[in-house]
Amino acid sequence: MTVDTVGRFERALEGLEVGLERVTAADASERIGTIAAEPAIGVPLPFDDVDLPASVTTDPMAAELTAARTGITPVGFAIAEYGTVAVESTANGAEPISLYPERHVAVVAESDIVPDISAGFDRLADGFDAGRDSVVFATGRSATADMGDLVHGVHGPGDVHVIVLEDR
Amino acid sequence: MAQHTRSEQADRIRHLLETEGPAIHAHASASNARRKETYGGTDDLEELRTEARSIKEAAIDRLPELIETVREAVEENGGTVYIADDAADANAYVTDVVNREATNGADGAAASPSVVKSKSMTTEEIDLNDALEADGIDVTETDLGEWVLQLADETPSHIVGPAMHISREEIATLFNERFDPDAPFETATELTRFARDHLGEIIDGADVGVTGANFVVADSGTITLVTNEGNARKCAVTPDTHVAVAGVEKLLPTLSDLEPFVDIIAKSATGQPISQYVTMLSPPTDSPTLDFDAPDKPITAGEGAAADGTGADGPGTQDREFHLVLLDNGRMDMREDDQLRETLYCIRCGACSNSCANFQSVGGHGFGGETYSGGIATGWEAGVHGQESAAEFNDLCTGCTNCVDACPVKIDIPWINTVVRDRLNRSDDPEAYDFLVDGLTPDAESGGLDPGKRFFGNIGTVAKAASATAPVSNWLADAGPVRAVLERTLGIDRRRDLPTFRRESLVDWFAGRGGAAASSRRAARADSRNGADIDREAVLYTDVYTNYVDIDRGKAAVRTLEALGVPVRVPNLPESGRAALSQGMIATADRQASRLYAALAEDLDAGRDVVVIEPSDLAAMHREYERLLPVDSYERLRDGSYEICEYVYGLLENGADPTALSTGDGAEPVAYHSHCQQRTLDLEAPTAAVLERCGYAPELSSAECCGMAGSFGYKREYYELSMDVGERLAEEIDDGLPVVASGTSCGDQLETLLERDVAHPIELLAPGGART
Repeated sequence: MTVDTVGRFERALEGLEVGLERVTAADASERIGTIAAEPAIGVPLPFDDVDLPASVTTDPMAAELTAARTGITPVGFAIAEYGTVAVESTANGAEPISLYPERHVAVVAESDIVPDISAGFDRLADGFDAGRDSVVFATGRSATADMGDLVHGVHGPGDVHVIVLEDR
Repeated sequence: MAQHTRSEQADRIRHLLETEGPAIHAHASASNARRKETYGGTDDLEELRTEARSIKEAAIDRLPELIETVREAVEENGGTVYIADDAADANAYVTDVVNREATNGADGAAASPSVVKSKSMTTEEIDLNDALEADGIDVTETDLGEWVLQLADETPSHIVGPAMHISREEIATLFNERFDPDAPFETATELTRFARDHLGEIIDGADVGVTGANFVVADSGTITLVTNEGNARKCAVTPDTHVAVAGVEKLLPTLSDLEPFVDIIAKSATGQPISQYVTMLSPPTDSPTLDFDAPDKPITAGEGAAADGTGADGPGTQDREFHLVLLDNGRMDMREDDQLRETLYCIRCGACSNSCANFQSVGGHGFGGETYSGGIATGWEAGVHGQESAAEFNDLCTGCTNCVDACPVKIDIPWINTVVRDRLNRSDDPEAYDFLVDGLTPDAESGGLDPGKRFFGNIGTVAKAASATAPVSNWLADAGPVRAVLERTLGIDRRRDLPTFRRESLVDWFAGRGGAAASSRRAARADSRNGADIDREAVLYTDVYTNYVDIDRGKAAVRTLEALGVPVRVPNLPESGRAALSQGMIATADRQASRLYAALAEDLDAGRDVVVIEPSDLAAMHREYERLLPVDSYERLRDGSYEICEYVYGLLENGADPTALSTGDGAEPVAYHSHCQQRTLDLEAPTAAVLERCGYAPELSSAECCGMAGSFGYKREYYELSMDVGERLAEEIDDGLPVVASGTSCGDQLETLLERDVAHPIELLAPGGART
């Protein structure tokens, strides 16, 4: 993990019109709170000393999944080359929570950003070996050109933010 | 093809050119341009394509074993694998799963079972929607393009962008009529928002989600879905039951084999570096089931949410059910077919469609069969629906080879089209008019071949006869009644100018000026004048057109080579087989390839270079001969043969003096249109470089093709399509610029469209210019 990898990740996300913020673990909760439009739902963050803002609902009900404007999830890793985040299908609902609300806030540890797709597949294989064998590579915003022009936010989020935990 | 069917085909194509062509061209050509740009910006593209190709070759080779592997893996995960022999088998299984789930499901109170689907060409192939609906099951397509087709009751016109042929205005009209909104829909944003909300509700209430699979990893039971909208994710994760329907050829051995495909599929399909969502699921997944009928229940079901968030222990929630339906439907037979096997490597990215000039003009409703469209469709249709399904559109592949560099798994799509054309030729019943072409067509084909095809496939003999009787043959051919007969019998469109055959062939001219001995003297004089020491000898391959019709470019080639110090021989050589190949006459081409090699063997032994003017003939020697000649012969001829301007470039690079040629003023603009097959051989650049070295500033065309493609544009049923494609090229070329083109038919087409002379670049460069 080098600073250049984060820079590469940031440039890729810029091209996808996805915001990236580098924050310390201590500041993460506040920054997430600022970005999350309410009502917000989320998955508990597995990083040491990083909590979701108090206003974020975990273990949402089906109605809350539908009503939420923001979904906050950790991601297993990120691929700098393409601006990709790896959303793992977990029992606490990371897959639907990252998919249904119109805004997805993905939280990733800086040490989990890998330079390219080849390194991404190494991480993917490690996860498969550990039983995390359902993963979505999500890159940018849901899009379609089927209605004649490019439109974002079709079945998935039209707005994506990535929070990089610089000390994790 | 009989007269009435030619006319029907012409009508059908004209209709598509007018109705669907403009929208298809806009989207397909834009995707193709993005693909080219992305390919160009990918450093390891060739390695990636080669790797993807070899993984597919190995996977198809091991297919029976992979089927057993995936069965074990999916069953261990807690899912079920069903191998369906054919469409009816697959449909019956899926119908049964849906009915069972609807009866057992928590929302069993619903009026009729419901299915939501993400885009899948394989389910189009088996007409799954019709089968489900016939059983009283509601089916909703959730890919926006597929949903538009479902509402409009139409079929896909492109394997990736199924509703590519329908404009935004037409979609707005359709939605406004169907849903009668308070304020009429107009913009793409409004239409998309409405579709998202409407489909979102249907997905939330569905009993079963049906998806396809772009790839299936055998040893982990992982299905991969590649989408930009996110609908496949929703269909897979929302209903409790997920059915994935995939052709058996989608199996890859391991996760690491998936990597190059994830990396390349979006690049080839749309020119994106990667798609928005590459969903790799090993179902049943750990994701909680979503029950929107119980809105107040936590989706994670309390204790289901492991504290560490992984939920990684054991199979997914017991509420989830997963079925993988692997479809054979002819694929295992394709695997045994040496010529069609390659089709199974196809990843259905649509790059062959996007790169194809004819496809851009008519779309998949013209260039497509029952299910599949574009160049590779010939292989798919022949394999899964039978070759009659490929017969209707197979001719639209002109063998231009634009798709060869586009295909991410390096499938020789033109060859598959040639093979199927050959098989179709052989399956036809003997028709009338054989007597008319029999005398002119000394081919190796059995009877029953379309007379037009036989005529064009044997064009060398036809040209020889016409030349021998010129100018009488030309006067005759131009006469109205004769054109009517040619159109009726051979399908030659009477709007086309026919080639004017010359009484004196190039070979005659060369012999008349002293032959090889005189050429050696001329070259030696030039050598001593220029002071360069060019120690080469060339044999000029005289293609039919250069020998009998466009003799000037042959003379220009001879004069240019001599002026650069290279002695030339111009023997009477057999045909290359290109004409036969373009008509699907492989046996004839095979015989011609052997004859040509035999005729050139002594020259090759003597170290003479074979120099070719017509790019399509060189392409036959460099591409198809690999399949027609023993490997040593193929390599020998390939390594010893050159396109004329490529050869001149090599001479100039090795010290030949360009001032011996007709040079421009240093920046003299000239429009240059290369040739499709020449581009595929990477031989556009040498011509451009030679023109630059000689003081010209070539402006290179970017259009896919001239549209003529040898005999294609002469045929009555394709004349208008040929002109439509050609117009796009003509529009690129600035008024007033001199125009040069490497291919004979490209030149003919441009002369018709631009109404001025179009020469071969060698005529511009030859000393003394294009004199006769």
